[in-house]
Amino acid sequence: MAENKDPISSLSVEGRQLVAREVDRRGFLKCASWAGAAAVWTVSGGVLSACGAAALQSGARPGSAATHDLFFVQISDSHIGFKGTANPDVTGTFQEAINQINALPQSPAFVMHTGDLTHTASADQFGMVKDMLASIRTPTTLVLPGEHDTVEGPQLYLDTFGKGTKGEGWYSFDHAGVHFLSLVNVVNLTNLGHLGQEQIDFVQRDLSGLGSDTPLVVFAHVPLFSVYEKWGWGTDDSLRALSFMRRFASVTVLNGHIHQVMSRVEGNVSFHTMPATAYPLPAPGKAPAPNPVTLPAGQLHGVLGIREVQYHATGHAITLTDQHLR
Amino acid sequence: MTSRLAGRRILWASGSLVLITLSACGAATINASSTTSPSASSTMPPMPMQTPSSSDPPGAAPATTNSVMIQNYAFGPASVTVKAGSTVTWTDQDEDSHTVTADSGAFSSQPLTNGQAYSHTFTAPGTYTYHCSIHPYMHGTVMVTNG
Repeated sequence: MAENKDPISSLSVEGRQLVAREVDRRGFLKCASWAGAAAVWTVSGGVLSACGAAALQSGARPGSAATHDLFFVQISDSHIGFKGTANPDVTGTFQEAINQINALPQSPAFVMHTGDLTHTASADQFGMVKDMLASIRTPTTLVLPGEHDTVEGPQLYLDTFGKGTKGEGWYSFDHAGVHFLSLVNVVNLTNLGHLGQEQIDFVQRDLSGLGSDTPLVVFAHVPLFSVYEKWGWGTDDSLRALSFMRRFASVTVLNGHIHQVMSRVEGNVSFHTMPATAYPLPAPGKAPAPNPVTLPAGQLHGVLGIREVQYHATGHAITLTDQHLR
Repeated sequence: MTSRLAGRRILWASGSLVLITLSACGAATINASSTTSPSASSTMPPMPMQTPSSSDPPGAAPATTNSVMIQNYAFGPASVTVKAGSTVTWTDQDEDSHTVTADSGAFSSQPLTNGQAYSHTFTAPGTYTYHCSIHPYMHGTVMVTNG
């Protein structure tokens, strides 16, 4: 697979340009208003950077592994079984992502795969993903399903990965003072992602005993914020689940599904999608349909990647570091 | 959620190294180690052009073909009319996989890959709505008349 050392390629450049233009027009106003909403971001030179004092007070030192109290890795959308020009070797790029994790200076406490493990949910594909995940140098690998994993119902996914989970595969756990929720929003779909009443009830019960100062990290496949409904990029009942998270000081929602990085802050909740390990998708509305995008030779790795996540108990700060495949 | 959130800001970030720091009070900062000019559009690979969606325009009369193409995440024609006993064939022309799944559950294909086809014979008159179970916003209809 050809390599690309450029920091950005294709869709991401376009996305950064959109942000940069926005900031050029009213950058100061944005900084000021977002500070009031406790979200302080800006753009400098076409890339996102710190703005305001909040980040400096958080105690976080991005990239300094020695200071964090919890370190884990998120990967997503491996689509094992996909065959197409957008990536003729999705198994190879998934293996490269695993190799990249295994080469990290510190082994992550766990690795979470946020769905679309497979492309068509066959037993062979599930078996391959399971074997490959087992090769990651980490004490625990966690998964949740994407809609490609439940195309003919969730049973085969549950048979492979569902042990110890509830309902159609959701669960929660605690680690290093952080409470984690892993949700399933790819079953019983009509147009958008869907959680369902049973799972929303689970969220309410699960969070009811927690103090409001407990940091929450929520995983799901389809974004829990509305990205682009025409392509199904949102979850129709996510606000009902999020309503039980409003009292918490810090909620971080980590998704896959759209094969690109997008972030949004809504009050105490920040949402972040991430790149796939398989292939890129178009920016929302920038193509007639969300077809896999075939990039010029040498540029695929620049839009695939892994995400490192560090939690710092001092200041309760979470640092996300996206690395494209090398 | 969608109407409440739809008009709000979406930030885009990507790069070789993007750091996003979130504090417990909800404050957020993003640092990126890469510095690519926002005007450096020459570094952006051209997006492949795609043909327009093959879904029918609103109000279009049902087609009398027995073949339905799946292209650009749409069934085309989205509505077909056939006589009882006819076989309808769907062919996936997208790089992504799709299914042909009756809303009633009466029939369903396996996930189709590019170039693969699925056929179903309709023996009884009626209106049959279907969707793609991977992309449930894709909808189609088969109207079966008396032979």
